[in-house]
Amino acid sequence: MVSALLRVPGPPAPWGRRRANPGRCSPVDGNYCLTCGSDKTLKLWNPLRGTLLRTYSGHGYEVLDAAGSFDNSSLCSGGGDKAVVLWDVASGQVVRKFRGHAGKVNTVQFNEEATVILSGSIDSSIRCWDCRSRRPEPVQTLDEARDGVSSVKVSDHEVLAGSVDGRVRRYDLRKGQLFSDYVGSPITCTCFSRDGQCTLVSSLDSTLRLLDKDTGELLGEYTGHKNREYKLDCCLSERDTHVVSCSEDGKVFFWDLVEGALALALPVGPGVVQSLAYHPTEPCLLTAMGGSVQCWREEAYEAEDGPG
Amino acid sequence: MRRSPLLGSEHSGNRDKGERPKKPIPLQDQTVRDEKGRYKRFHGAFSGGFSAGYFNTVGSKEGWTPSSFVSSRQNRADRSVLGPEDFMDEEDLSEFGIAPKAIVTTDDFASKTKDRIREKARQLAAATAPIPGATLLDDLITPAKLSVGFELLRKMGWKEGQGIGPRVKRRPRRQKPDPGVKVYGCALPPGGSEGSEDEDDDYLPENVTFAPKDVTPVDFTPKDNVHGLAYKGLDPRQALFGTSGEHFNLFGEGPEGASNLLGDIGVNKGRKLGISGQAFGVGALEEEDDDIYATETLSKYDTVLKDEEPGDGLYGWTAPKQYKSQKESEKDLRYVGKILDGFSLASKPLSSKKIYPPPELPRDYRPVHYFRPVVAASSENSHLLQVLSESAGKPMHDPGTHSRHQLNASKRGELLGETPIKGSATSVLEFLSQKDKERIKEMKQATDLKAAQVKARSLAQHASGSRAQPLPADVGHCSWHVALSGGTATTRASSFKPFAKDPEKQKRYEEFLVNMKRGRKDALEQCLDPSMTEWERGRERDEFSRAALLYVSSHSTLSSRFTHAKEEDDSDQVEVPRDQENDVSDKQSAVKMKMFGTLTRDTFEWHPDKLLCKRFNVPDPYPDSTLVGLPKVKRDKYSVFNFLTLQETASLPPAQGSSEKVPQPRAPDKSRKPSRWDTSKQEKKEDSISEFLSLARSKVGPPKQESSPSVKKEEEHVSESLSDQMVNKEVDSQPEGEGSRPSMDLFKAIFASSSDEKSSSSEDEQGDSEDDQAGVREADFKSSQETDLVETSSGAHDSKLPPQDPAPSFPIQKMQIDQREEFGPRLPPVFCPNARQKLETPQKEKHKKNKEKHKTKKEHRRRKEKKKKHRKHKHKGKQKNKKSEKSSSSESTDSSDSQSDDEGTADLSPQELLRRLKRLPLRRQ
Repeated sequence: MVSALLRVPGPPAPWGRRRANPGRCSPVDGNYCLTCGSDKTLKLWNPLRGTLLRTYSGHGYEVLDAAGSFDNSSLCSGGGDKAVVLWDVASGQVVRKFRGHAGKVNTVQFNEEATVILSGSIDSSIRCWDCRSRRPEPVQTLDEARDGVSSVKVSDHEVLAGSVDGRVRRYDLRKGQLFSDYVGSPITCTCFSRDGQCTLVSSLDSTLRLLDKDTGELLGEYTGHKNREYKLDCCLSERDTHVVSCSEDGKVFFWDLVEGALALALPVGPGVVQSLAYHPTEPCLLTAMGGSVQCWREEAYEAEDGPG
Repeated sequence: MRRSPLLGSEHSGNRDKGERPKKPIPLQDQTVRDEKGRYKRFHGAFSGGFSAGYFNTVGSKEGWTPSSFVSSRQNRADRSVLGPEDFMDEEDLSEFGIAPKAIVTTDDFASKTKDRIREKARQLAAATAPIPGATLLDDLITPAKLSVGFELLRKMGWKEGQGIGPRVKRRPRRQKPDPGVKVYGCALPPGGSEGSEDEDDDYLPENVTFAPKDVTPVDFTPKDNVHGLAYKGLDPRQALFGTSGEHFNLFGEGPEGASNLLGDIGVNKGRKLGISGQAFGVGALEEEDDDIYATETLSKYDTVLKDEEPGDGLYGWTAPKQYKSQKESEKDLRYVGKILDGFSLASKPLSSKKIYPPPELPRDYRPVHYFRPVVAASSENSHLLQVLSESAGKPMHDPGTHSRHQLNASKRGELLGETPIKGSATSVLEFLSQKDKERIKEMKQATDLKAAQVKARSLAQHASGSRAQPLPADVGHCSWHVALSGGTATTRASSFKPFAKDPEKQKRYEEFLVNMKRGRKDALEQCLDPSMTEWERGRERDEFSRAALLYVSSHSTLSSRFTHAKEEDDSDQVEVPRDQENDVSDKQSAVKMKMFGTLTRDTFEWHPDKLLCKRFNVPDPYPDSTLVGLPKVKRDKYSVFNFLTLQETASLPPAQGSSEKVPQPRAPDKSRKPSRWDTSKQEKKEDSISEFLSLARSKVGPPKQESSPSVKKEEEHVSESLSDQMVNKEVDSQPEGEGSRPSMDLFKAIFASSSDEKSSSSEDEQGDSEDDQAGVREADFKSSQETDLVETSSGAHDSKLPPQDPAPSFPIQKMQIDQREEFGPRLPPVFCPNARQKLETPQKEKHKKNKEKHKTKKEHRRRKEKKKKHRKHKHKGKQKNKKSEKSSSSESTDSSDSQSDDEGTADLSPQELLRRLKRLPLRRQ
């Protein structure tokens, strides 16, 4: 159900083209788009038609991140009220509210089976909340970060966390090890590649780095965009061929993953492209800028909703 | 094999070959037959056991035929009474029946050891029978052949039933029943055979001797059955009362033996008819239901081992039987009160407990404990004692007053008037004449006095002063010093364990003490664990020397007043993550050089929560551990290294950091504000040292002015390690006078040991070998680091010194949250129309600050290692660079090819992509 995690600050304005987009690795169909913003709500859209499906309200401050479960049955979100909220998609009700973070919750993620919510906060901790039991405290707190956690991604047995202290930490539950890669500048976004072999790390020095997951070696560097202040998103295209990143100059940059050459600078608008998400299977991109979400497709694409 | 018609199988021939039968016969196939092969059927327990009659019918094969009536009127006389065997089956009369008919030797003829008790009872009966010699008949029927031993004994006057040995004179106090016959429960009332010889009331057989008591030999016959202990099955002879002697029953069973003989005989006779035995049932002839199911109670057994009382038996003395009963009645009369049924008067009066008075205290006893004098007189520090007494101006102890232990061989010899052996003299002093000795002593005192005064000001002067000492004095001094240090070192090692929590370390420390005692210069270096890192060794070196310093001066005073803690004080320890992410500085440079990988990666053991593993469907990597998160270790709360980090975070301005940073000049503490904490520490430190010194002095006794040699000894012992400290104090007195913090040199001199110098030198080398690329910046960076190190370590030491200090709270690694509230990448701008104003906070600067703070938090622990590693890597990197430069030219065409390839095949599998990625040369900007 939910497949796009787009952070849209502010109430979404009337928007043009939008299209569903992926969570990371979950087999989501990519038909829905979830936005959240400073209006303290989450909104679920059908990006194809541009229709608002449901609004989830219950947060006390701005919602900073939201994610959907693999079966589209529940949502989680976190925001400035330091709470992590588990939502029921169909009813729109709050199922659980997890409190315990000492600061704003920057990022939330479900694990693969949607049994655990991992939330990263600027209190420099990642907390693992159990959705199954009723216990109010987290299952485990990963407080190795020395500064705020800006990004958390989860694979089937790993937790990838980027922190403002300039380190990417990967907790391997299967091996029982913590790998900490030093990048240097504050990390804004991390993600796994779809094959699970690499990690893409974007940091505030306007650089994206592709790191080998096992050894930490640098496989590629992607520059050209501008990322100095904001927490911008990056991702990989649906086939891992391209690296996509937002930029503060109103463009979305595409790099060839292998070559590292800039393939495309897609002008989106005058402001900062704050967030983006890629469709899990199709070449389709969602971007968020200034309260609107746009959906981009190939020119050749002909759908019921017109070109992207 | 012939199959028998019987169900049971025969013994097969296999048995002969030693093989076992194939299968044991199962239980349901086992049958019971009689000797003719007929089945036996079990009857009820009350119907007589095995088969009765003819195949469990009445009568015979032909049926039941009543026996023809024969009038017994005529032959009534010869008609005997029917015995039990008339009613018995033939099996009962067989060998294993209850009344075997087979001819067996009776007890009388069997070996005598069979049943001693019965035998004895019989003899007793013979002796005490109303008609003495009633059992004479039995004796007559004894086997004709007696053994020679019997004959001989008899001829010597021995009688059967008596013991062997000289006759004993004794007074039979009372006559008890035969001990062989046990009396359970309460004593029977006196009675029985009184009346015949009453007149011998207070019969004291003065001239009568008694034969010694016969000894019942211990029965050594092994128990080879499965019956219970002392179980006696049915005695076949008892079944046939007609044939076996009833008197056996009488005497075998009658508990009172002789005394019951007359009165109870009728009863006994009546009771003992028929068959009786344990768990056998009540026979038809019994008049009353007896307690057939013998209940075993513990009260039936003796619980106390006791020997038989003398005078119990009547062996060899048969006359005054009534004497005992008379006495007992008399005793009863003595007691006025009532006696409960079943109780009797105690034979012995209750022995009253004797109460002893408490021991008397000595008259001059004072109930106040006084502690032993610190310097106990022992062989170890007799030197010290001498010194003390000398310095106090007291005359030397007379050698005669010395205790034995205080004397050495030569003194003992002296006492004994021996001439001392010249060759074995232990000290050079012994060779000197008395006059010379006197002179040396004087000179020594003078120089010591001088030295002490000088030492107060400058140790260098003292050194020169001691050098100016004449040679013989110096030698004597040295020996003294060694002796003293030996004594103190050993006592210290035994009593003071500053590192008792870490036995390995304590061992090393003791080794160090021993080495120091021997006066080795490299004592420290030798005892340190060679497997430790340079940094750890440096740390331990510091700690050891400090500990040796502190405990030398204080231990003897303090040890008498304190005892060791019984329980470990846990509050002294704090949990610290075992591994911490390393210093970021070299990582930064690695990042700058784009050398990601091992340089930038830290790997830790991390324990996920069990529940988390469960939720992730992942097996727990550490199923045995209860740990969650990063493993932690316990550290001493006041360890130097906790303060290291604290110091850094608290007060140290970041010397190195981002690339723009200008390396700070040396002695940065001048610019730093003197913090109250620091100064107080400094004062305290001095206080503690001077306190220890004064303690040591006060312990010795004489005032400082006298500058007793012992003090000197102590001080000198300390002085080697203390000297530089002193010097530094001198040097630093001026800045202290100005009220500012003492200069860095002081701390450096005290705490920065050779390891620092070493490292600095190595760093110099490093700097020399640095390539142009890393350049000047690197070098600067290093030097600044070095200053940092010195500074922090010294600060840490100085804070560590007094362990009781109210130490600032344990360094918290995390930063204040509210401080960080706005850290991190800023969120994208808010597009709410009402909240549109942009936050123009100098975000970058904040970041920078943030970074700096982090830098200050870095750990120094593995810096050196890391540096080395780093260097290596740098070299590697250089080589790599060259290589890649070479190869890049050749590969450029290839890459372009592959590029075109890539474009051609847009649909590449991710694996393929990754493979290519890894093959690509690292791009360098």
